Amino acid sequence: MKQTGAKELTHCYHCGNDCADERIELDEKVFCCNGCREVYTILSQSGLCNYYAYNDHPGATRDRESARFDYLKEPAIAKDLIEYADDKFTIVTFYIPAIHCSSCIWLLEHLNKLNQAVYYSRVDFLRKQATIRFDNQRLSLHELVILLDRIGYEPLISLQDVIKKQTKGSKDSLVKKIAVAGFCFGNVMLLSFPEYLGISYYERSFRVFFGLINLAFCGPVVFYCATDYFRSAWINLRNGVLNIDFPLALGIAVLFIRTASEVFTRTGAGFADTCCGLVFFLLMGKFVQRKTYYHLSFERDYRSFFPVAVQVVEEGRERSVPLAELEVGHRIIIRNNEIIPADAILLQGEGKIDFSFVTGESVPVSKVLGEVIYAGGRQTGEAIELEVVKPVSQSYLTRLWNNEAFMRTQDNRMKTFSEKVSKYFTVVLLAVALGSLMFWLPTDFHRALSAFTAVLIIACPCALALSTPFTMSAALSILDKNLFYLKNTAVVEQLAHIDTIVLDKTGTITVAGDNLVELHAELSDYDRQLIYSACTNSGHPLSRLICQYLNGEHKLSTNSYYEVPGRGITANIDGYIVNIGSERFIKGKAFANSSPESTEVHMRIDNDYIGYFSIRQHYREGMESIGRLASSYHLLLLSGDHGHERHALSGMFRPELMFFEQSPQDKLDFIKRLQGLGKKVMMIGDGLNDAGALKQSDMGIAITDNVNNFSPGSDAILDGRSLSKLPDFFRFSKDTLKVIYTSFGISLTYNIIGLSYAVSGRLSPLIAAVLMPLSTVTIISFTSIATRLAAKKRRLL
Amino acid sequence: MSIIYFLIGCSVLLALVFLGAFFWAQRNGQHDDLYTPSVRILLDDEPQEEEKK
Repeated sequence: MKQTGAKELTHCYHCGNDCADERIELDEKVFCCNGCREVYTILSQSGLCNYYAYNDHPGATRDRESARFDYLKEPAIAKDLIEYADDKFTIVTFYIPAIHCSSCIWLLEHLNKLNQAVYYSRVDFLRKQATIRFDNQRLSLHELVILLDRIGYEPLISLQDVIKKQTKGSKDSLVKKIAVAGFCFGNVMLLSFPEYLGISYYERSFRVFFGLINLAFCGPVVFYCATDYFRSAWINLRNGVLNIDFPLALGIAVLFIRTASEVFTRTGAGFADTCCGLVFFLLMGKFVQRKTYYHLSFERDYRSFFPVAVQVVEEGRERSVPLAELEVGHRIIIRNNEIIPADAILLQGEGKIDFSFVTGESVPVSKVLGEVIYAGGRQTGEAIELEVVKPVSQSYLTRLWNNEAFMRTQDNRMKTFSEKVSKYFTVVLLAVALGSLMFWLPTDFHRALSAFTAVLIIACPCALALSTPFTMSAALSILDKNLFYLKNTAVVEQLAHIDTIVLDKTGTITVAGDNLVELHAELSDYDRQLIYSACTNSGHPLSRLICQYLNGEHKLSTNSYYEVPGRGITANIDGYIVNIGSERFIKGKAFANSSPESTEVHMRIDNDYIGYFSIRQHYREGMESIGRLASSYHLLLLSGDHGHERHALSGMFRPELMFFEQSPQDKLDFIKRLQGLGKKVMMIGDGLNDAGALKQSDMGIAITDNVNNFSPGSDAILDGRSLSKLPDFFRFSKDTLKVIYTSFGISLTYNIIGLSYAVSGRLSPLIAAVLMPLSTVTIISFTSIATRLAAKKRRLL
Repeated sequence: MSIIYFLIGCSVLLALVFLGAFFWAQRNGQHDDLYTPSVRILLDDEPQEEEKK
């Protein structure tokens, strides 16, 4: 158990936060807030203190208001969340972002001790999910969620996850296919050995037996495991596209037909082992290519950010209504920190809306009665009543998702190298095969046929098909170690082709919520106490920043307090009149805000002007390295903000390449215009306001400070700490392309060696059986080693 | 040497049993979560009340 030391070193027993603001003691333990203490109380009463034994400070801070879960009482909404229910028990799976350590697993799997009605709970750590089975007679879904919330594990319930559950289909036929292919491959190899080593005259009967068994093993491999290749080749052929699946499917088909005919006519052993091996290795390639990040989602849209339901007032009573059923004319109640889901008119209450989702500007905007408030704003302060004027899907922000950029399928953004090459490869392959058929046809029909099939077998681009997935999956796991998570392997190639980079400002190059406060005044200790005390009364973000800056001052008693919204505060503290606010508020009308480079907060005590605070946004570390990209890339800034910081940013961006006050739709159109000029555009953004631009761009990167937070739909998610490595990522992606080119050369060399045997029509099964695995192993080892070396060179490993 | 027919039959049968076992495990969801059990095994059960101090 940790001893509590000096005051400034005290950490909350529950969450490990500094207990500088508040100190709450219980059982000789210190807590930072009432929320944390409450969790401890609940756990200690139920004998669950082991929670604190496995890890120091395992909890998440509870110093916040709980979300409201009243909508879970509505049966229609609850039904969508529940996986299974009968009249006795219910099974439900929650996504719980707070799961982060072994204590979390332990506590959540001992829910039964907190409430007897919970029969069973199981945590999936990587997916951050808990599956809970409970007695629905004794515990409702609503109560269960409240229980989880009370112990600090608030489930995240969003509309998108509700919908996703229904589309979850059969997921893993690939693993089954690999298992079957591997099983057949192993057995066929074993049974092929006698043939290679030579079967004596007296054991001829075995040869037929082995051949038939081999053929039997080939059956499931060709007709079950390889069906995807045949299907894809056929679909592409019908669309007039020659992709790499065509020569692969052709090769597999020829291997099988030739094996079958040789076995049945007893003319040879056939190529059963090559056939099974080929399919097995190809499926392995598919498997490594399919990397999944359980804890990340690249497909989020506004539905993840919006609430599942809203409180609608009908005949004086409140009722939870699912978002989809919200109609024009409904009166809705929005409480502190809730998001307004549709464009609405303010009817009652004081609107202080934080539009950071929409514009990136996080200072709340005051709205008066009768004003239209756009969807996506977050109310801060008291509860307000609004009337919906537009349906959810047609509102200002959500309309963005009706854009064609969101309708488009992702695949045809940029052609990958292997797609480009396989077209020519297939044509050349068919030409060589037909050529050798024509060459031998006049002299020896049997040899001609044998040469034709041998070419198709030996030139089957197995190694070529494997070089891209293995290189890319190695690259993906290296980037992943550097906190850069790509949606799929094709994105690495897109990264290498980018020539234009567009950055959002708020939250992307600045750290949202982390501001640089500077004091431009000489303050005595007593002045500091006065100002601190005045600011603690206010909920305005700037006041809170000042409170943070003056943290730990002694708090004096406030006699009276008055706040002019959007201007400043006036307070009588300890007999002094303290005025804090904008320059205009403090110095009078003559000093209109002259759009300074930073936000300023001025102060006056009684009648003496004493100075001001300047608050600048805090830029992410390593922004210099981004600035250096300007030499080789087109670097632009696209911000929803006002141009306050144009000057401060001019070191990084050229003035004509900075664009301010861009609406979400403007951003999307801007990217489209750049693409019209033939640019390959990368968009880096963070909020919903960038969602359209992220989708429209050739590569959209969502930047986030915590990968478990929601980030808008994108091709990649980058942890803010790794933004400075972006130039290295670019260079590394180019290196991986070089690795692919080289491995392509290697596989081509193998093909040419094999072809020299094949065109003569004398390809022995042994050569095919050796050449195919050999080329595969070479490619796999070359690509993984070369990619790691490239990463070392770029210092990404 | 005709014992080979029998032996090969046996070996294929045995291999099929293992393949079936793999399919069963896959369907049963044993490969769905490959991480949590590694943590779970390190968490001790609660000692009984009277043993506790």
